Amino acid sequence: MEPGLARARTAAYMPVAAPLLLREKSMTSIISINGLSKTYASGFQALKSINLDIKRGEIFALLGPNGAGKTTLIGVICGIVNPTAGTVTVDGHDIAGDYRAARSLIGLVPQELTTDAFETVWATVSFSRGLFGKPKNPAYIEKILKDLSLWDKKDNKIMTLSGGMKRRVLIAKALSHEPQVLFLDEPTAGVDVELRKDMWQVVRDLRASGVTIILTTHYIEEAEDMADRIGVISKGEIILVENKAELMRKLGKKQLTLHLQKPLDAVPAELAAHNLALADDGNELVFTYDTNAERTGVTALLSDLARLNIRFRDLQTTQSSLEDIFIGLVTDRPAASAGVAP
Amino acid sequence: MNTHAINTHAILAIYKFEMSRTLRTIWQSIVSPVISTSLYFVVFGAAIGSRITEIEGVAYGAFIVPGLIMLMLLTQSTMNASFGIYFPRFTGTIYELLSAPVSSFEIACGYVGAAATKSIILGLIILATSWLFVPLHIAHPFWMLTFLVLTAITFSLFGFIIGIWADGFEQLQIIPLLIITPLTFLGGTFYSTHVLPPFWQTVTLFNPVVYLISGFRWSFFEIADVSPLVSLGMTLVFLCVCLVTIWWIFKTGYRLKK
Ligand SMILES: Nc1ncnc2c1ncn2[C@@H]1O[C@H](COP(=O)(O)OP(=O)(O)O)[C@@H](O)[C@H]1O
Ligand SMILES: [Mg+2]
Repeated sequence: MEPGLARARTAAYMPVAAPLLLREKSMTSIISINGLSKTYASGFQALKSINLDIKRGEIFALLGPNGAGKTTLIGVICGIVNPTAGTVTVDGHDIAGDYRAARSLIGLVPQELTTDAFETVWATVSFSRGLFGKPKNPAYIEKILKDLSLWDKKDNKIMTLSGGMKRRVLIAKALSHEPQVLFLDEPTAGVDVELRKDMWQVVRDLRASGVTIILTTHYIEEAEDMADRIGVISKGEIILVENKAELMRKLGKKQLTLHLQKPLDAVPAELAAHNLALADDGNELVFTYDTNAERTGVTALLSDLARLNIRFRDLQTTQSSLEDIFIGLVTDRPAASAGVAP
Repeated sequence: MNTHAINTHAILAIYKFEMSRTLRTIWQSIVSPVISTSLYFVVFGAAIGSRITEIEGVAYGAFIVPGLIMLMLLTQSTMNASFGIYFPRFTGTIYELLSAPVSSFEIACGYVGAAATKSIILGLIILATSWLFVPLHIAHPFWMLTFLVLTAITFSLFGFIIGIWADGFEQLQIIPLLIITPLTFLGGTFYSTHVLPPFWQTVTLFNPVVYLISGFRWSFFEIADVSPLVSLGMTLVFLCVCLVTIWWIFKTGYRLKK
């Protein structure tokens, strides 16, 4: 331990050099995905050369429509799906060559509610802990079950539980071996408010204790609420990875809606320079602008309106949500790639 | 966790999981094979045994005991182990096994160990039941147990492979029904292959079950269709074939991974 520590200290004081940068990279990212592709036996290519790094301790939301390849990507990292090409390391351990070390760091809550039927909650969670090579620790299992409001159900057979309760059991199983990385595949699909609240509390506590969390969802609010970074996957390709705040800022378009006193038939030619559109049968004038731009053009627009004597009763601004951004990205995609194609 | 050590916690977890499944279904698991064996006894031992008094100096009732135990051992080992691994594939809970830091060896140890344990217990119960019907003398208890354990393990491995190969519950049933049971009946459960014409005796040598029954019977009565050493050798060969197949299945992910 000591010599390693000493080396690490020396490294920190070394002048900036390539090896140090490499070291820092491996210190900050817990999962590294390189050139990962998956073609299913049917010939369908579900993942197309994915490159992605997950940072240690972050909550990463993988957003994408149904069939984008989210579950496949998680499946490969967790050892359920064989990759066709590429490599994945978890905390430096290759998922194929060093699968024991890699997998013992990971907890997985699968998308489907696949549980044993006849086992009790306590037995199935204890089983998971054993399977992942950890010695018994009833106190820890008790804590998980209590955190997930499962404690009074611990002796019930799983088949007697509701869907939401089964989801909790799956989360408890995934946490049973104290993983460093937790995958939640569509954790809130068809889940009640109560469970959502409990679950996000558990996720926040986990993050506070240093656990890295990767969740997939197609509910944008979830990503917006929880994530530090967001990756968007579409048709097997990662099309964007960004800090959530950055993403909102970068792509966040703002709209200024003016409720006119007199409706207009068309946007007057004098205002053509502004990015305007009519709405509500000409009763509203909608101005779309970029909050990041040096000049938003709001002042110019307002003075132009005053000059043309276009009056308005009220005004309101709205900022596009992640949802708008997301839909924009995913639907723009085919057009964009069609443009590039020869 | 030491990444090179065997994950004994995992083996034990799977083993206990499977054994508790057995306990839940104790009636199907233990009682029904005992009843059906007793029926065989009544029909073959008492009805036919009253005409065929003895084979190679052994009372017919006693002669069929090792064959009956083998019949149950083979079908039960295959069925238990195949069901044990097929069920998680069917329900989808296999995801957890695949994502766990366990090797193929450890998974097989857990499932096969539990299936074999159950078969061995069952074999001993049937042996005890037989004692109620006929006086038995076991010439070589050590070899009797060795054959019992080796056969239970081998056919549990075989069942494990079937459970991975099978695509539906019908296929799970088909192998014990269409392969194991006929081979066991034709393999000398109820007769010595010496009573067959020479041509059929030769054909019989292609039936692997003949070696198992012969060796097992030898450990009781010191009479055998083939040398006990050949029986032991053949049993070990089947064991190795199954082990290599399982190693290959997990290496390639055959029928397990997508
Ligand atoms: N076992 C399989 N065989 C063939 N195609 C599959 C298989 N599993 C998933 N797919 C296909 O791969 C694509 C990605 O699926 P998936 O990873 O489940 O997407 P997501 O989780 O983003 O909804 C889908 O088009 C799906 O139909
Ligand atoms: Mg999915």
